[in-house]
Amino acid sequence: MTINTQYTKFRPQRYQTRVPIFWWVHKWAHLRFITRELTSVFVAIYAFVLLFQLWALNQGAETYALFLAWLRTPISIGLHMVALLFVIFHSITWFNLAPKALVLRLGTKRVPDAVLIVLNYLAWGVLSVVIAWIMLKA
Amino acid sequence: MQTTISLEIQRYRPEQESEPVYQSYEVPLRKDWVILDALNYIKDNLDGSLSYRWSCRMGVCGSCGMMANGTPVLTCATFLETYAPGPIRVEPLINFPVIRDLIIDMSEFITKLKQMKPWIVREEEQPLSDGEYLQTPDQLTEYKQYSMCINCMLCYAACPIVGLEPGFLGPAAIALAQRYNFDNRDQGKKQRTEILKEDNGIYECTFVGECSIVCPKSVDPAGAIQRYKVAAAAEWWKSLLLPWGNR
Ligand code: FES
Repeated sequence: MTINTQYTKFRPQRYQTRVPIFWWVHKWAHLRFITRELTSVFVAIYAFVLLFQLWALNQGAETYALFLAWLRTPISIGLHMVALLFVIFHSITWFNLAPKALVLRLGTKRVPDAVLIVLNYLAWGVLSVVIAWIMLKA
Repeated sequence: MQTTISLEIQRYRPEQESEPVYQSYEVPLRKDWVILDALNYIKDNLDGSLSYRWSCRMGVCGSCGMMANGTPVLTCATFLETYAPGPIRVEPLINFPVIRDLIIDMSEFITKLKQMKPWIVREEEQPLSDGEYLQTPDQLTEYKQYSMCINCMLCYAACPIVGLEPGFLGPAAIALAQRYNFDNRDQGKKQRTEILKEDNGIYECTFVGECSIVCPKSVDPAGAIQRYKVAAAAEWWKSLLLPWGNR
């Protein structure tokens, strides 16, 4: 039998592990969580693109034309594709989680989770159609 | 036909070793045996020095929580067969200091629970002559789910935030706060929110959601925390838009 020289009878050592930096790679649920968190970076990037567009618009026709030209470059299109994928992932994961945060009651009955999720998707769909309609009409 | 299964159990005997080691035991694989039965078999027949906690062996006392192949489970409610052909790695709950073998130190957890004031707080007690505080079945449903917690701490082992930020009050404590907040007889929500809106409270949670998945009683602590956040945000907006309102 080995003897632990650090041992003190009345104050025995507790063993404590530390969380490794890459704690999230071992489990699919954790990986999905980190991905969901990361998607917010792309949401932010996209918000910046929009702000930048407003700024360009404010600078006059010439700047705005430059901005529009940049939008057509492969880099910009690539960025938009990637951002779109991540933003869709972001929206879907959050819509599916929504019922956890939102407990609605109709009278004494709790509105079922599925209904809340479907309502979210419906709102998403309707808003997207409205925005597309405004854009395409212009 | 497989007749035995092997258990790799994490041993930590502070008088002997400064780091845990793994020890293998071969136990009968019986259809009706849960992991806890296997541990009891080892203790009775193979190695009396193995230490672990248990009491009710029916998913009520919450003392037999351990990691089985990396997932926090109640060992009295987890059948050996699900892991066949094995081996099963049994470890103490993670995110807690280990005292010995499969026994963890839960004192921090108890302190956190107490901070939530888990009792009915009244601004003014009504006199005894007025009788009890009444409650309708609907008012009971409002919080009942959160009252089912057995303090097994599986949610603390499942929560990566608890591991990263040991000060975080954690899933069970916040669900317990909600159990009283949603109780119509209670008036202590403000006091609890004071504590929970601090650094170690609800905003530490990033909604990984694993706590609700491992919960053996379907308490849904993740939901409890998110509802708290929504309510706190609504409060904040209300105080911003209606500064003259009754605070
Ligand atoms: S022994 Fe009581 S919950 Fe498992």
